[in-house]
Amino acid sequence: MISKRIIPCLDVKDGRVVKGINFKGLNDVASPVDLAEFYSRAGADELVFYDITASAEGRRLFTDILCEAARRVFIPLTVGGGINTVDDFDRVLKCGADKVSVNSGAIRDPSLVGKAAKLYGDQCVVLSADIARIDGVFRVFAKGGRENTGMEAIEWIRRCVGEGAGEIVVNSIDTDGVKKGFDLEMLEAVCKAVKVPVIASGGAGCIEDFITLFKTLPGVDAGLAASIFHFGEVSIPHLKKTLESAGIPARTVKGE
Amino acid sequence: MIAIIDYGVGNLFSLKSSLAFIGREAVVSGDPAVLRAADKLILPGVGAFADAAAKLREKGLDDLVREEAAAGKPVMGICLGMQLLFERSFEYGEHEGLGLLKGSVVPMQGVIPADLKIPHIGWNPLIFRKQSPLFKYIKDGDSVYFVHSYYASGCEDSLIADTEYGAILTAAVQKGCVCGCQFHPEKSGDVGLDILRAFCETEDFE
Repeated sequence: MISKRIIPCLDVKDGRVVKGINFKGLNDVASPVDLAEFYSRAGADELVFYDITASAEGRRLFTDILCEAARRVFIPLTVGGGINTVDDFDRVLKCGADKVSVNSGAIRDPSLVGKAAKLYGDQCVVLSADIARIDGVFRVFAKGGRENTGMEAIEWIRRCVGEGAGEIVVNSIDTDGVKKGFDLEMLEAVCKAVKVPVIASGGAGCIEDFITLFKTLPGVDAGLAASIFHFGEVSIPHLKKTLESAGIPARTVKGE
Repeated sequence: MIAIIDYGVGNLFSLKSSLAFIGREAVVSGDPAVLRAADKLILPGVGAFADAAAKLREKGLDDLVREEAAAGKPVMGICLGMQLLFERSFEYGEHEGLGLLKGSVVPMQGVIPADLKIPHIGWNPLIFRKQSPLFKYIKDGDSVYFVHSYYASGCEDSLIADTEYGAILTAAVQKGCVCGCQFHPEKSGDVGLDILRAFCETEDFE
């Protein structure tokens, strides 16, 4: 049976991971490549590198780091942040990325998803949507969750899947940072609407939140988080073992 | 030297990197002279079967792979590259493959339960069916990373491992010096690297 995926997300700015603490065996917590290796050894099923740099210099640095990560880490790598054109897809795929996540870029140019899917295949195009409830309706937000686009979220996701998005990351702005669990109601609505893999993001505070996620919503394929992994609040080997004991298919790695 | 066959299909960065990581410098080439001089060949591939088969043919590399395999040179197909080793595929019509292994490539749709998502994406354990030199460093039940919508069927002849995704699907094949993985060993962590290591080391596949 296919495993539920656990995905740490690394926010990278000017070549450094934005948040993190020291782990045993990891000297430089701010080095994206070292942290990626650490997570891969711990049993992460996939990694997301999110480029939050604004400058051209920072972007070049990010691309170099990505290449280095792909030379040392052999699990699927997804890249997001600053993906606005097909050329951006090309830039990161050449560095060893397997999937590319689009968010504001797709909102600005809704033809981007379709164009990229035709060139690189649906499995390569991940739609990442920042969603919040406004007067009881799920709305899509742009620019890192700062700008309400007014678009209805489920409709937006359906449309992007129709264009060729092969996977959806659902970031709930309402539960993000609260650490009281994933946004099950929002995720259920997305799972009902589309038949592509759904990745839950925003709200995980402890191992139990992942168990609840996968037990309540069998349609969710993966759980994504950042700070709880970076701050050591949740250890991936422990999380995987707990999932397995709870009867949720999870991949455990050698030596863990 | 290992040669990764470059015929304009897919991204070979990770595959080349994974071989370098296990201490095998690989050359990425579409040059027949380079491919013939190599000790082993890897046939990668992503995308559509018909398109990939046509590109291989256009460059005359289909005959090259057949001849080299017939002469006993180890060939490993990965993902679509594995599918190309079979006689035919039924992906959007019927298309001829290299015919190095018996069997056909067929859609998962209609075979797996309708509530399961296609493509089959993610980590899934291997179920060993036959001992193979490729499994020298791994064990039954180890997980590998899949991304595919079609699978090889009628290949009992070469089958060495399956996986389960609502149905039993072919995961790896090997017959003599011709072998293949439906999954991506270059994206399957240590287990994948161990399969590549075994392929690189094995001198005698019989």
